[in-house]
Amino acid sequence: MSILINKDTKVICQGFTGAQGTFHSEQAIAYGTKMVGGVSPGKGGTEHLGLPVFNTVRDAVEATGAEATVIYVPAPFCKDAIIEAADAGIQLIVCITEGIPTIDMLYAKEYVDRKGVRMIGPNCPGVITPDECKIGIMPGHIHKKGKVGIVSRSGTLTYEAVKQTTDFGYGQSTCIGIGGDPIPGSNFIDILALLQEDPETEAIVMIGEIGGTAEEEAAAYIKQNVTKPVVSYIAGVTAPPGKRMGHAGAIISGGKGTADEKFAALEDAGVRTVRSLAEIGQALKEVTGW
Amino acid sequence: MNLHEYQGKQLFAEYGLPVSKGIACDTPKEAVAAADEIGGDGWVVKAQVHAGGRGKAGGVKLVKSKDEIREFAEKWLGKNLVTYQTDENGQPVSKILVESLTDIDQELYLGAVVDRGTRRIVFMASTEGGVEIEKVAEETPEKILKAEIDPLVGAQPYQGRELAFKLGLEGKQIGQFTKIFIGLAKLFEECDLALVEINPLVITPAGDLHCLDAKVGVDGNALYRQKKIHEMHDPSQEDSREAEAAKWELNYVALEGNIGCMVNGAGLAMGTMDIIKLSGGQPANFLDVGGGATKERVSEAFKIILSDSNVKAVLVNIFGGIVRCDMIAEGIIGAVKEVGVKVPVVVRLEGNNAEKGTQVLADSGLNIIAATSLSNAAEQVVKAAGGK
Repeated sequence: MSILINKDTKVICQGFTGAQGTFHSEQAIAYGTKMVGGVSPGKGGTEHLGLPVFNTVRDAVEATGAEATVIYVPAPFCKDAIIEAADAGIQLIVCITEGIPTIDMLYAKEYVDRKGVRMIGPNCPGVITPDECKIGIMPGHIHKKGKVGIVSRSGTLTYEAVKQTTDFGYGQSTCIGIGGDPIPGSNFIDILALLQEDPETEAIVMIGEIGGTAEEEAAAYIKQNVTKPVVSYIAGVTAPPGKRMGHAGAIISGGKGTADEKFAALEDAGVRTVRSLAEIGQALKEVTGW
Repeated sequence: MNLHEYQGKQLFAEYGLPVSKGIACDTPKEAVAAADEIGGDGWVVKAQVHAGGRGKAGGVKLVKSKDEIREFAEKWLGKNLVTYQTDENGQPVSKILVESLTDIDQELYLGAVVDRGTRRIVFMASTEGGVEIEKVAEETPEKILKAEIDPLVGAQPYQGRELAFKLGLEGKQIGQFTKIFIGLAKLFEECDLALVEINPLVITPAGDLHCLDAKVGVDGNALYRQKKIHEMHDPSQEDSREAEAAKWELNYVALEGNIGCMVNGAGLAMGTMDIIKLSGGQPANFLDVGGGATKERVSEAFKIILSDSNVKAVLVNIFGGIVRCDMIAEGIIGAVKEVGVKVPVVVRLEGNNAEKGTQVLADSGLNIIAATSLSNAAEQVVKAAGGK
């Protein structure tokens, strides 16, 4: 078991023939992901990386039975791409693209919610179930099949957590990058609920950062609903207020969204927090007794 | 991206919001001429900077004569205005807004933001205008009225009326407020705003609503489709190194410590700053070189980091996901040679070909310290910077 994706998940790529779509689809195929085709308007009927190319997502779904899509199209076209995927019957949309206007995401998120479609991202590394399915830009080789579920707002911080859980020999059940934007398709709570239910996930690593209140909300949720051990790190203790720290969503505004508040909320919920990102693996060892 | 008050009011006027007649001026002479053009016998002169608290800092003045206007313009143009929202150097004043004088009976507040929790544009209105709204929200949250905008149907007039009645407005004010509310919602969506505030929204002695200030923040991700607004960008209001970094699509934020940081990934860049602090040092900056850490970008990143004379050592922290660490190591060596880096550089490479990359650095003969782990890197760089 795993969450969201597994070895049978049929995946298509939107923006398939572009540079990003091509490179990362090649990597995904090499990893063993069940890629079944891609979409590039105007190139339907051709073949790319040995897979069929379709003009529309609807065509791709009808021909291949695809359940999931990964979106690499440029930011100005992402709202359209997300809504197209939702209308075509795709059940899981993973949007990697960075730089989508917030207003576009307000519409897109509302739309996929009303359709009952799950979205991960944007501005994220994607989702991986080690040795089964890789949807996104994360380096496959650092992962190891195992028992820790990882959910994070940051790409490279996810890789750090993956590396440590691999080095300690625990491995990962599924790793989910929810992305660094202010309006994510899925938030911590959505993913925590799935990881709590997943029999293969024995412990959870949650990596947050400054900005917004998603970590505080997650803390309240954990307190009520999560019985598995959770280790958490929040980036940005040293970030100054009012400055955007790379990610569109990483900003302390009006004195709200500081790392200290988030650490306090998580600790209050019984989560084991670490102040150094190098200590995630060690903390897992301590809380699980592994 | 933030706008100046005069730019925000231009947008307000385009969306039918009532603003004063005003002219933004570059020189004292222009300011005096503006008063003539506006007419009347009283004006408001306002220093244009991207910061609140201008009134208390002396950057806003009610004037009765053109001599006073000239004096105010001569005092501020070319100088920096320090308010409680700026750093100790303040923000440079390059324009003065001269406006007709508006008499005030009552001060209200109206603003809107993208609320991350509800994933809606949320309007906030209050009878407590003219003061810091954060304080009102903290001390008397019941005095903040809210209206959420459904993204699929947009702002509805009834929502404006509802707010207006709750604010205690009456008669013609209900219609005026609703018009401002709908105009502001339209402006927010069409111009991709991140934040807008009218503080204060005043009621004049004649009982009319009027926008006395304008604070507008625009979503940086949407500037590609907001060409007119993008042209309003004033780089003088930003840190010069941050502006230079933006040209190279590097995310840089200046801080006050002495350890320069170059990292791939925004989260890891923050995490690196945090671990430096935990090890007893102080980071000099946040810098995300992004996924494609090429030699050219690494060189530019070094130049920007080293243009801060406080920097005594640099920590390079790279997690090579898709990119190969040995390639990055060569990029670092090239950059160190080209830029002529004089301070110690500690490098931590992890991921793809990390060992090979570390070897390349060790063989370079340059003053580069290869760290064995992230914690070790932080300790080494704090030591190299003369810290603990």
